[in-house]
Amino acid sequence: MSTPKLVWAALAISALLFGGCSSMQSSEEAPVGDATGGAGGGAAGARGSKWTGGALDDPSSPLSKRVVYFEYDSAEMLPDSREILRAHGSYLSSNRSTHITIEGHCDERGSREYNLALGERRAQTVKRYLEAEGVSGGQMGIISYGEERPANPGHTEAAWAENRRGVLVY
Amino acid sequence: MKKVFLLLVLWGWHLTAAAGLTIEITEGAEGALPIAVVPFGGSSPEDIAAIVASDLKRSGRFKPLPAADMLARPHGKAEVDFRDWRALKQESLVVGQVSPSGSGYQVRFELFDVFRGEQLAGYQFNTTARDLRPTAHHIADLIYEALTGERGAFATRIAYITGVRSADGKERVVLQVSDSDGFNPQTIFSSNEPVLSPAWSPDGRRLAYVSFENRKPAIYIQEVYSGQREKIADFPGINGAPAWSPDGRELAITLSKDGNPDIHIMDVASRSLRAITRHPAIDTEPAWAPDGRSLVFTSDRGGSPQIYRVSASGGEPQRVTFEGKYNARASYSADGKRLTMVTRDGGEFRIGVLDLATKAFRTVSDGSLDESPSFAPNGSMIIYAARAQGRGVLFAVSADGRTRQRLALEGGDVREPVWSPYSKR
Repeated sequence: MSTPKLVWAALAISALLFGGCSSMQSSEEAPVGDATGGAGGGAAGARGSKWTGGALDDPSSPLSKRVVYFEYDSAEMLPDSREILRAHGSYLSSNRSTHITIEGHCDERGSREYNLALGERRAQTVKRYLEAEGVSGGQMGIISYGEERPANPGHTEAAWAENRRGVLVY
Repeated sequence: MKKVFLLLVLWGWHLTAAAGLTIEITEGAEGALPIAVVPFGGSSPEDIAAIVASDLKRSGRFKPLPAADMLARPHGKAEVDFRDWRALKQESLVVGQVSPSGSGYQVRFELFDVFRGEQLAGYQFNTTARDLRPTAHHIADLIYEALTGERGAFATRIAYITGVRSADGKERVVLQVSDSDGFNPQTIFSSNEPVLSPAWSPDGRRLAYVSFENRKPAIYIQEVYSGQREKIADFPGINGAPAWSPDGRELAITLSKDGNPDIHIMDVASRSLRAITRHPAIDTEPAWAPDGRSLVFTSDRGGSPQIYRVSASGGEPQRVTFEGKYNARASYSADGKRLTMVTRDGGEFRIGVLDLATKAFRTVSDGSLDESPSFAPNGSMIIYAARAQGRGVLFAVSADGRTRQRLALEGGDVREPVWSPYSKR
């Protein structure tokens, strides 16, 4: 093996390592694994399939973002959610056999059952948005975890903002 | 705040039980009846007098005399000199004795009116070492009833959820039942998935609750003693907020199978369902009026969560709460005259009590994330969940808001307490 080939191989390996690293970072930032908890499907799946080079796992693609955030006590999404959902809408409408579960979550304030209902309403908001982007209703299931599965267990405004979320689980 | 601190220093004490709860008195009441509960004679694995005194104090109606301030420690009427207790300005006196009896114990106590020098009550019980604490709560109930004319509710239990987070951040969720003072915790059910909304059947023998053990919410009913359980509602979407009808035959539940959460009533034996509300808003958290004829529930149909009342046969709901932007999870006192609920007070979530006749609304807690209030079966106290130092703890507050006591499970996040009904006499 010539020297240039060795360098090339080393670069490729470090690129893979670096890619793996940033993929893990993005999966933490988008706490799919935390959110599904015992199900464990989200993060494990993302990590397990990251080598295939599929569009879903490209850390530079908006598809790598799986979490959208909401206003307080509301099913109104924050403005930057739209770009993320448009990317998923486009992906899902051209991959009709792909099924996702949309999780709705709330911050800890207020009563738990009301939050369970609010989380469902948030998940429905995401589902309706994706339907408007051309995704078939049959490709999407929804579940609300209410306030039972915080992404951030803290009790600050910042933690609450992180917890008012919808999560797309592939 | 200063006052609270002073009271902690002057009157505060705490009791610890292995793997149990720590009880801290956080506030004392003015105008409470002075009572001396003298340490019982004999040797006992449980300090009966301390349990009785703690119960009475927690109600907010009594101010037990610290044992250290007592001038004498009589165990029976023959040893009582009422002048000692008049000098200490005590109105009532409790003395007693614990003696070994067979494989268990005999517990005897007497209650006296100090001014008249008369016995008001006197009982003896045969019990086991294991039942000494329940016996002490029963004694507290008898004293409470003799002195207030109202039935005591200390020999009752609470159900609650404890979350224990492991090092990997995952939470083990445990449904527990303890005595009303938080001692004797027993695990009823545990899961790695969310468990919430425990609800006692009116006979105190069963709990309904929501479990995500199959990765979605479903409602289960479990026998408290045998552990036998069955799934009774597992429709698409939310299956939540179970509430037993006063006759125990029906459960009001929240189902979103038709697209959004509405209140339904399920006949427990036949599983037949009828929809009570049909509205595109969130309708959830039903609670029965004690007469079983109507329910209150939380709805955001007016734009923010508020309490509404609806007939158990359906019909148009009427709004009940008008104060504030957020009122949720209401439940009735046993006499049907008051509702307790979560209310947002500025940015803080607190416990409110609404008098249904006068419409007077009173906030009885002072935390920022208080939730899940429920009345004791005699209406004298409310138990609720709060956050303190970043974890969930339970408080018992007298229904007038004057006396508050914390029941905190060590090492866990405790939430969603619900007070049991009376056990059968």
